[in-house]
Amino acid sequence: MDLLLWTAYAVIILMLMLGGVTFAILFERKVIGAMQLRPGPNRHGPWGLFQTIADVLKLLLKEDIIPAAADKKIFLIAPVIAFAPAFAIYAALAFDENIYGADLNIGILYLLGVASITMLGVLMGGWSSNNKYSLLGSIRGVAQMVSYELPLVLSVVGIVILVGSLNMREIVFFQESAGIWFIIPQFLAFVVYIISSIAELNRAPFDLPEAESELVSGFHTEYSGFRFAFFMLAEYTYAIAIAAIATMLFLGGWLGPAFLPGFVWFALKMVLFMFLWFWLTATLPRARVGDLMNYSWKVLIPLAILNIVATAFIKVWMG
Amino acid sequence: MGLSAYYDNYIIVLIFLILGILLPVVALTFGRFVRPKNPYAEKVTTYESGIQPKGDAQVRYHVAYYLVALEFIIFDVETVFLFPWAVALDQLGWYGLNIMLIFLTILVLGLAYSWKKRVLEWN
Repeated sequence: MDLLLWTAYAVIILMLMLGGVTFAILFERKVIGAMQLRPGPNRHGPWGLFQTIADVLKLLLKEDIIPAAADKKIFLIAPVIAFAPAFAIYAALAFDENIYGADLNIGILYLLGVASITMLGVLMGGWSSNNKYSLLGSIRGVAQMVSYELPLVLSVVGIVILVGSLNMREIVFFQESAGIWFIIPQFLAFVVYIISSIAELNRAPFDLPEAESELVSGFHTEYSGFRFAFFMLAEYTYAIAIAAIATMLFLGGWLGPAFLPGFVWFALKMVLFMFLWFWLTATLPRARVGDLMNYSWKVLIPLAILNIVATAFIKVWMG
Repeated sequence: MGLSAYYDNYIIVLIFLILGILLPVVALTFGRFVRPKNPYAEKVTTYESGIQPKGDAQVRYHVAYYLVALEFIIFDVETVFLFPWAVALDQLGWYGLNIMLIFLTILVLGLAYSWKKRVLEWN
Protein backbone atom coordinates (compact mmCIF):
# COMPACT_ATOMS: atom_id res chain seq x y z
CA MET A 1 0.00 0.00 0.00
CA ASP A 2 2.75 2.37 1.01
CA LEU A 3 4.66 1.40 -2.08
CA LEU A 4 1.70 2.32 -4.28
CA LEU A 5 1.36 5.66 -2.53
CA TRP A 6 5.05 6.49 -2.97
CA THR A 7 4.97 5.51 -6.63
CA ALA A 8 1.91 7.70 -7.12
CA TYR A 9 3.74 10.59 -5.45
CA ALA A 10 6.79 10.04 -7.66
CA VAL A 11 4.64 9.96 -10.82
CA ILE A 12 2.81 13.14 -9.81
CA ILE A 13 6.11 14.91 -9.13
CA LEU A 14 7.43 13.67 -12.50
CA MET A 15 4.38 15.10 -14.30
CA LEU A 16 4.62 18.41 -12.43
CA MET A 17 8.32 18.55 -13.19
CA LEU A 18 7.75 17.93 -16.92
CA GLY A 19 5.09 20.65 -16.93
CA GLY A 20 7.44 22.92 -15.02
CA VAL A 21 10.24 22.36 -17.53
CA THR A 22 7.86 23.04 -20.44
CA PHE A 23 6.92 26.40 -19.03
CA ALA A 24 10.40 27.21 -17.75
CA ILE A 25 11.68 27.01 -21.34
CA LEU A 26 8.83 29.21 -22.57
CA PHE A 27 9.40 31.59 -19.65
CA GLU A 28 13.09 31.85 -20.50
CA ARG A 29 12.39 32.64 -24.15
CA LYS A 30 9.70 35.15 -23.24
CA VAL A 31 11.86 36.90 -20.63
CA ILE A 32 14.89 37.13 -22.89
CA GLY A 33 12.63 38.21 -25.76
CA ALA A 34 11.14 41.00 -23.68
CA MET A 35 14.61 42.16 -22.59
CA GLN A 36 15.74 42.28 -26.22
CA LEU A 37 12.58 44.15 -27.30
CA ARG A 38 11.09 41.31 -29.36
CA PRO A 39 7.93 39.30 -28.71
CA GLY A 40 9.51 35.84 -28.27
CA PRO A 41 7.53 32.73 -29.28
CA ASN A 42 3.92 33.75 -30.01
CA ARG A 43 2.63 31.46 -32.77
CA HIS A 44 1.49 28.28 -31.02
CA GLY A 45 -1.47 28.85 -28.78
CA PRO A 46 -2.30 32.02 -26.87
CA TRP A 47 0.86 33.90 -25.81
CA GLY A 48 2.90 31.06 -27.37
CA LEU A 49 1.90 28.72 -24.54
CA PHE A 50 2.17 25.56 -26.66
CA GLN A 51 5.53 26.39 -28.22
CA THR A 52 7.56 23.92 -26.14
CA ILE A 53 4.98 21.16 -26.60
CA ALA A 54 5.21 21.64 -30.35
CA ASP A 55 9.03 21.53 -30.11
CA VAL A 56 8.95 18.26 -28.16
CA LEU A 57 6.55 16.66 -30.67
CA LYS A 58 8.79 17.76 -33.51
CA LEU A 59 11.85 16.25 -31.82
CA LEU A 60 9.95 12.98 -31.24
CA LEU A 61 9.38 12.69 -34.99
CA LYS A 62 13.02 13.39 -35.93
CA GLU A 63 15.52 10.72 -36.87
CA ASP A 64 17.90 9.51 -34.16
CA ILE A 65 21.25 9.79 -35.94
CA ILE A 66 24.14 7.82 -34.44
CA PRO A 67 27.50 8.81 -35.97
CA ALA A 68 29.49 5.89 -37.41
CA ALA A 69 32.59 6.95 -35.47
CA ALA A 70 30.77 7.15 -32.15
CA ASP A 71 31.20 4.75 -29.26
CA LYS A 72 27.67 3.46 -29.67
CA LYS A 73 26.83 1.98 -26.26
CA ILE A 74 28.02 4.98 -24.27
CA PHE A 75 26.52 7.35 -26.83
CA LEU A 76 23.10 5.75 -26.35
CA ILE A 77 22.99 5.75 -22.54
CA ALA A 78 24.59 9.17 -21.90
CA PRO A 79 21.24 11.08 -21.97
CA VAL A 80 19.77 8.60 -19.48
CA ILE A 81 22.75 9.05 -17.15
CA ALA A 82 22.32 12.82 -17.41
CA PHE A 83 18.59 12.77 -16.69
CA ALA A 84 18.06 10.12 -13.99
CA PRO A 85 20.12 11.73 -11.19
CA ALA A 86 18.67 15.16 -12.00
CA PHE A 87 15.23 13.71 -11.35
CA ALA A 88 16.36 11.74 -8.28
CA ILE A 89 17.06 15.10 -6.59
CA TYR A 90 13.29 15.66 -6.36
CA ALA A 91 12.91 12.65 -4.03
CA ALA A 92 14.40 14.57 -1.11
CA LEU A 93 12.74 17.96 -1.60
CA ALA A 94 9.92 19.19 0.62
CA PHE A 95 7.50 21.47 -1.21
CA ASP A 96 5.29 22.19 1.77
CA GLU A 97 5.16 21.32 5.44
CA ASN A 98 3.35 18.08 4.57
CA ILE A 99 4.28 17.57 0.91
CA TYR A 100 7.56 15.72 0.76
CA GLY A 101 8.98 12.41 -0.42
CA ALA A 102 11.98 11.00 1.38
CA ASP A 103 12.73 12.72 4.71
CA LEU A 104 16.45 11.93 4.72
CA ASN A 105 18.66 12.64 7.73
CA ILE A 106 21.49 13.40 5.34
CA GLY A 107 19.22 15.40 3.00
CA ILE A 108 21.56 18.16 1.87
CA LEU A 109 24.48 15.76 1.43
CA TYR A 110 22.29 13.47 -0.70
CA LEU A 111 21.07 16.38 -2.83
CA LEU A 112 24.55 17.71 -3.56
CA GLY A 113 25.94 14.22 -4.14
CA VAL A 114 23.27 13.12 -6.59
CA ALA A 115 23.35 16.47 -8.37
CA SER A 116 27.02 16.04 -9.24
CA ILE A 117 26.41 12.72 -11.05
CA THR A 118 24.79 14.69 -13.87
CA MET A 119 28.23 15.73 -15.09
CA LEU A 120 28.97 12.06 -15.91
CA GLY A 121 26.34 12.27 -18.64
CA VAL A 122 28.05 15.34 -20.06
CA LEU A 123 31.42 13.59 -20.05
CA MET A 124 30.08 10.37 -21.56
CA GLY A 125 28.11 12.18 -24.27
CA GLY A 126 31.02 14.37 -25.26
CA TRP A 127 33.68 11.70 -25.26
CA SER A 128 31.67 8.98 -27.01
CA SER A 129 30.57 11.28 -29.85
CA ASN A 130 34.13 11.19 -31.20
CA ASN A 131 33.70 14.77 -32.36
CA LYS A 132 36.20 17.53 -31.63
CA TYR A 133 33.58 20.11 -30.67
CA SER A 134 31.94 17.59 -28.36
CA LEU A 135 35.22 16.64 -26.72
CA LEU A 136 36.18 20.28 -26.08
CA GLY A 137 32.70 21.04 -24.80
CA SER A 138 32.62 18.12 -22.44
CA ILE A 139 36.09 18.51 -20.91
CA ARG A 140 35.42 22.21 -20.45
CA GLY A 141 32.09 21.35 -18.93
CA VAL A 142 33.50 18.83 -16.50
CA ALA A 143 36.41 21.06 -15.44
CA GLN A 144 33.96 23.88 -14.84
CA MET A 145 31.37 21.82 -12.97
CA VAL A 146 34.10 20.28 -10.84
CA SER A 147 35.59 23.69 -10.00
CA TYR A 148 32.25 25.27 -9.12
CA GLU A 149 30.92 22.32 -7.20
CA LEU A 150 33.40 23.12 -4.42
CA PRO A 151 32.15 26.65 -3.63
CA LEU A 152 28.58 25.38 -4.02
CA VAL A 153 29.12 22.66 -1.43
CA LEU A 154 31.24 24.84 0.87
CA SER A 155 28.66 27.64 0.88
CA VAL A 156 26.12 25.25 2.38
CA VAL A 157 28.36 24.32 5.35
CA GLY A 158 27.62 27.64 7.07
CA ILE A 159 23.92 26.79 7.19
CA VAL A 160 24.66 23.29 8.49
CA ILE A 161 26.71 24.84 11.31
CA LEU A 162 23.84 27.13 12.32
CA VAL A 163 21.14 24.45 12.15
CA GLY A 164 23.19 21.51 13.38
CA SER A 165 21.43 19.12 11.01
CA LEU A 166 21.65 17.98 7.39
CA ASN A 167 17.92 17.36 7.14
CA MET A 168 16.27 19.71 4.60
CA ARG A 169 12.99 19.97 6.51
CA GLU A 170 14.78 20.77 9.74
CA ILE A 171 16.67 23.52 7.95
CA VAL A 172 13.34 25.11 6.99
CA PHE A 173 11.85 24.54 10.45
CA PHE A 174 14.90 26.24 11.95
CA GLN A 175 14.27 29.29 9.76
CA GLU A 176 10.65 29.28 10.91
CA SER A 177 11.49 29.20 14.62
CA ALA A 178 14.34 31.68 14.23
CA GLY A 179 12.01 34.01 12.36
CA ILE A 180 14.68 34.89 9.81
CA TRP A 181 15.56 33.44 6.40
CA PHE A 182 19.15 32.37 5.90
CA ILE A 183 19.60 34.85 3.05
CA ILE A 184 20.29 37.51 5.73
CA PRO A 185 22.67 35.82 8.22
CA GLN A 186 24.33 33.83 5.40
CA PHE A 187 24.36 36.47 2.69
CA LEU A 188 27.93 35.73 1.63
CA ALA A 189 27.05 32.04 1.26
CA PHE A 190 23.99 33.04 -0.76
CA VAL A 191 26.06 35.06 -3.22
CA VAL A 192 28.60 32.24 -3.58
CA TYR A 193 25.80 29.70 -4.04
CA ILE A 194 24.05 31.73 -6.75
CA ILE A 195 27.23 32.38 -8.76
CA SER A 196 28.43 28.78 -8.59
CA SER A 197 24.97 27.43 -9.38
CA ILE A 198 25.02 29.36 -12.66
CA ALA A 199 28.31 27.68 -13.55
CA GLU A 200 27.03 24.28 -12.41
CA LEU A 201 24.09 24.66 -14.77
CA ASN A 202 26.30 25.80 -17.67
CA ARG A 203 24.20 28.93 -18.11
CA ALA A 204 25.40 32.26 -19.48
CA PRO A 205 27.75 33.95 -18.66
CA PHE A 206 29.37 30.59 -17.81
CA ASP A 207 27.98 28.60 -20.77
CA LEU A 208 31.42 27.67 -22.15
CA PRO A 209 30.58 23.96 -22.59
CA GLU A 210 27.96 24.95 -25.16
CA ALA A 211 29.58 28.09 -26.55
CA GLU A 212 27.59 28.21 -29.81
CA SER A 213 29.89 30.65 -31.54
CA GLU A 214 32.98 28.43 -31.18
CA LEU A 215 31.85 24.86 -30.40
CA VAL A 216 28.66 24.58 -32.51
CA SER A 217 26.67 23.14 -29.62
CA GLY A 218 29.28 21.72 -27.26
CA PHE A 219 28.97 18.21 -25.89
CA HIS A 220 25.64 17.42 -27.58
CA THR A 221 26.68 18.48 -31.10
CA GLU A 222 26.20 14.96 -32.47
CA TYR A 223 22.90 14.30 -30.72
CA SER A 224 19.64 14.62 -32.58
CA GLY A 225 15.95 13.93 -32.09
CA PHE A 226 14.67 12.75 -28.75
CA ARG A 227 18.09 11.93 -27.36
CA PHE A 228 18.99 15.60 -27.69
CA ALA A 229 15.65 16.45 -26.08
CA PHE A 230 16.64 14.42 -23.02
CA PHE A 231 19.86 16.39 -22.62
CA MET A 232 17.82 19.59 -22.68
CA LEU A 233 15.28 18.07 -20.29
CA ALA A 234 18.08 17.04 -17.92
CA GLU A 235 19.48 20.57 -17.99
CA TYR A 236 16.17 22.20 -17.05
CA THR A 237 15.28 19.47 -14.54
CA TYR A 238 18.59 20.21 -12.84
CA ALA A 239 17.99 23.96 -13.04
CA ILE A 240 14.61 23.70 -11.32
CA ALA A 241 16.10 21.38 -8.69
CA ILE A 242 18.94 23.80 -7.93
CA ALA A 243 16.38 26.61 -7.62
CA ALA A 244 14.33 24.45 -5.25
CA ILE A 245 17.37 23.67 -3.08
CA ALA A 246 18.26 27.37 -2.97
CA THR A 247 14.67 28.17 -1.98
CA MET A 248 14.81 25.75 0.94
CA LEU A 249 18.26 26.78 2.09
CA PHE A 250 18.14 30.55 1.78
CA LEU A 251 14.54 31.70 1.31
CA GLY A 252 12.76 29.60 3.91
CA GLY A 253 11.15 27.04 1.58
CA TRP A 254 7.37 27.08 1.95
CA LEU A 255 7.36 29.81 4.65
CA GLY A 256 5.44 32.98 3.89
CA PRO A 257 2.40 35.04 4.89
CA ALA A 258 -0.59 32.74 5.40
CA PHE A 259 -2.85 34.16 2.69
CA LEU A 260 -1.24 31.81 0.16
CA PRO A 261 -0.61 28.09 0.74
CA GLY A 262 2.98 27.04 1.39
CA PHE A 263 3.67 25.31 -1.92
CA VAL A 264 2.60 28.46 -3.81
CA TRP A 265 5.23 30.44 -1.90
CA PHE A 266 7.72 27.71 -2.72
CA ALA A 267 6.88 27.94 -6.44
CA LEU A 268 7.05 31.76 -6.41
CA LYS A 269 10.50 31.75 -4.83
CA MET A 270 11.69 29.20 -7.38
CA VAL A 271 10.38 31.37 -10.23
CA LEU A 272 12.31 34.27 -8.71
CA PHE A 273 15.55 32.29 -8.92
CA MET A 274 14.82 31.18 -12.49
CA PHE A 275 14.09 34.77 -13.46
CA LEU A 276 17.41 35.85 -11.97
CA TRP A 277 19.28 33.30 -14.16
CA PHE A 278 17.38 34.29 -17.31
CA TRP A 279 18.06 37.94 -16.55
CA LEU A 280 21.80 37.24 -16.34
CA THR A 281 21.64 35.21 -19.57
CA ALA A 282 20.20 38.20 -21.37
CA THR A 283 22.61 40.69 -19.76
CA LEU A 284 26.14 39.31 -19.60
CA PRO A 285 28.59 38.26 -22.33
CA ARG A 286 30.36 34.91 -22.06
CA ALA A 287 33.44 34.63 -19.79
CA ARG A 288 36.80 33.27 -20.97
CA VAL A 289 37.88 29.76 -19.93
CA GLY A 290 40.89 30.94 -17.91
CA ASP A 291 39.00 33.72 -16.15
CA LEU A 292 36.22 31.31 -15.35
CA MET A 293 38.52 28.81 -13.64
CA ASN A 294 40.46 31.49 -11.81
CA TYR A 295 37.28 33.04 -10.51
CA SER A 296 36.23 29.84 -8.76
CA TRP A 297 39.62 28.98 -7.25
CA LYS A 298 40.80 32.47 -6.38
CA VAL A 299 37.60 34.22 -5.35
CA LEU A 300 34.70 31.90 -4.57
CA ILE A 301 36.48 29.11 -2.68
CA PRO A 302 38.40 31.49 -0.35
CA LEU A 303 35.15 33.43 0.25
CA ALA A 304 33.28 30.21 1.05
CA ILE A 305 36.00 29.11 3.49
CA LEU A 306 35.94 32.57 5.09
CA ASN A 307 32.20 32.23 5.54
CA ILE A 308 32.60 28.84 7.22
CA VAL A 309 35.23 30.13 9.65
CA ALA A 310 33.23 33.26 10.50
CA THR A 311 30.01 31.30 11.02
CA ALA A 312 31.76 28.70 13.17
CA PHE A 313 33.33 31.45 15.32
CA ILE A 314 29.99 33.15 15.90
CA LYS A 315 28.27 29.85 16.63
CA VAL A 316 30.85 28.79 19.23
CA TRP A 317 31.02 32.29 20.72
CA MET A 318 27.26 32.43 21.21
CA GLY A 319 27.38 28.89 22.64
CA MET B 1 12.29 7.47 13.73
CA GLY B 2 12.19 3.66 13.67
CA LEU B 3 14.58 1.62 11.60
CA SER B 4 11.93 0.57 9.05
CA ALA B 5 10.82 4.20 8.61
CA TYR B 6 14.49 5.03 8.07
CA TYR B 7 14.81 2.52 5.24
CA ASP B 8 11.44 3.56 3.80
CA ASN B 9 12.95 6.90 2.89
CA TYR B 10 15.57 5.21 0.76
CA ILE B 11 12.91 3.12 -0.99
CA ILE B 12 11.32 6.43 -2.06
CA VAL B 13 14.69 7.54 -3.40
CA LEU B 14 14.96 4.26 -5.28
CA ILE B 15 11.48 4.74 -6.81
CA PHE B 16 12.50 8.19 -8.06
CA LEU B 17 15.71 6.83 -9.52
CA ILE B 18 13.93 3.97 -11.32
CA LEU B 19 11.33 6.38 -12.67
CA GLY B 20 14.11 8.70 -13.85
CA ILE B 21 15.70 5.83 -15.79
CA LEU B 22 12.38 4.48 -17.11
CA LEU B 23 11.15 7.76 -18.59
CA PRO B 24 13.95 8.22 -21.17
CA VAL B 25 14.14 4.48 -21.92
CA VAL B 26 10.39 4.17 -22.51
CA ALA B 27 10.17 7.42 -24.47
CA LEU B 28 13.09 6.47 -26.73
CA THR B 29 11.73 2.95 -27.28
CA PHE B 30 8.29 4.33 -28.10
CA GLY B 31 9.87 6.94 -30.38
CA ARG B 32 11.34 4.15 -32.49
CA PHE B 33 7.86 3.51 -33.96
CA VAL B 34 7.20 7.10 -35.01
CA ARG B 35 10.59 8.39 -36.12
CA PRO B 36 12.17 7.68 -39.51
CA LYS B 37 15.35 5.62 -39.75
CA ASN B 38 17.37 6.25 -42.86
CA PRO B 39 21.10 6.38 -42.11
CA TYR B 40 23.52 6.56 -45.03
CA ALA B 41 27.27 7.07 -45.15
CA GLU B 42 27.20 10.87 -45.50
CA LYS B 43 24.64 11.33 -42.77
CA VAL B 44 26.51 9.35 -40.14
CA THR B 45 29.90 10.98 -40.68
CA THR B 46 31.18 13.08 -37.81
CA TYR B 47 30.13 16.73 -38.02
CA GLU B 48 33.06 19.02 -38.51
CA SER B 49 31.43 22.17 -39.90
CA GLY B 50 31.01 20.66 -43.36
CA ILE B 51 34.57 19.62 -44.16
CA GLN B 52 35.82 16.01 -44.17
CA PRO B 53 36.53 14.94 -40.58
CA LYS B 54 40.24 14.55 -40.01
CA GLY B 55 41.70 12.10 -37.51
CA ASP B 56 40.24 10.78 -34.29
CA ALA B 57 38.72 13.10 -31.70
CA GLN B 58 39.50 10.95 -28.66
CA VAL B 59 42.89 12.51 -28.13
CA ARG B 60 45.00 13.71 -25.23
CA TYR B 61 43.99 17.13 -23.99
CA HIS B 62 45.59 20.00 -22.16
CA VAL B 63 47.37 19.16 -18.89
CA ALA B 64 45.56 22.00 -17.07
CA TYR B 65 42.43 19.86 -16.94
CA TYR B 66 44.30 17.13 -15.04
CA LEU B 67 45.60 19.69 -12.54
CA VAL B 68 42.08 20.97 -11.91
CA ALA B 69 40.94 17.39 -11.34
CA LEU B 70 43.73 16.81 -8.81
CA GLU B 71 42.93 20.01 -6.91
CA PHE B 72 39.28 19.04 -6.93
CA ILE B 73 39.94 15.65 -5.30
CA ILE B 74 41.76 17.29 -2.39
CA PHE B 75 39.09 19.89 -1.73
CA ASP B 76 36.24 17.44 -2.22
CA VAL B 77 37.67 15.16 0.45
CA GLU B 78 37.94 18.24 2.65
CA THR B 79 34.20 18.90 2.34
CA VAL B 80 33.52 15.30 3.37
CA PHE B 81 35.27 16.12 6.65
CA LEU B 82 33.55 19.48 7.00
CA PHE B 83 29.96 18.24 6.98
CA PRO B 84 30.05 15.95 10.06
CA TRP B 85 32.13 18.57 11.86
CA ALA B 86 29.53 21.25 11.04
CA VAL B 87 26.70 19.08 12.37
CA ALA B 88 28.53 18.33 15.63
CA LEU B 89 30.01 21.79 16.25
CA ASP B 90 27.44 22.37 19.03
CA GLN B 91 29.09 19.69 21.16
CA LEU B 92 32.66 20.20 19.98
CA GLY B 93 32.91 23.84 21.04
CA TRP B 94 36.25 25.70 20.97
CA TYR B 95 38.27 22.48 20.79
CA GLY B 96 36.52 21.39 17.58
CA LEU B 97 36.83 24.86 16.11
CA ASN B 98 40.59 25.00 16.76
CA ILE B 99 41.18 21.58 15.25
CA MET B 100 39.25 22.53 12.12
CA LEU B 101 41.12 25.86 11.90
CA ILE B 102 44.43 23.96 11.78
CA PHE B 103 43.02 21.66 9.11
CA LEU B 104 41.71 24.58 7.02
CA THR B 105 44.98 26.48 7.39
CA ILE B 106 46.92 23.57 5.91
CA LEU B 107 44.47 23.39 3.02
CA VAL B 108 44.55 27.10 2.36
CA LEU B 109 48.36 26.92 2.41
CA GLY B 110 48.10 24.26 -0.29
CA LEU B 111 45.81 26.47 -2.32
CA ALA B 112 48.18 29.40 -1.89
CA TYR B 113 51.09 27.21 -3.02
CA SER B 114 49.36 26.12 -6.20
CA TRP B 115 48.34 29.74 -6.78
CA LYS B 116 51.97 30.83 -6.45
CA LYS B 117 53.07 27.96 -8.72
CA ARG B 118 50.64 29.29 -11.34
CA VAL B 119 48.72 26.01 -11.48
CA LEU B 120 45.51 28.00 -11.57
CA GLU B 121 46.64 30.13 -14.53
CA TRP B 122 45.12 29.12 -17.84
CA ASN B 123 46.55 31.77 -20.12
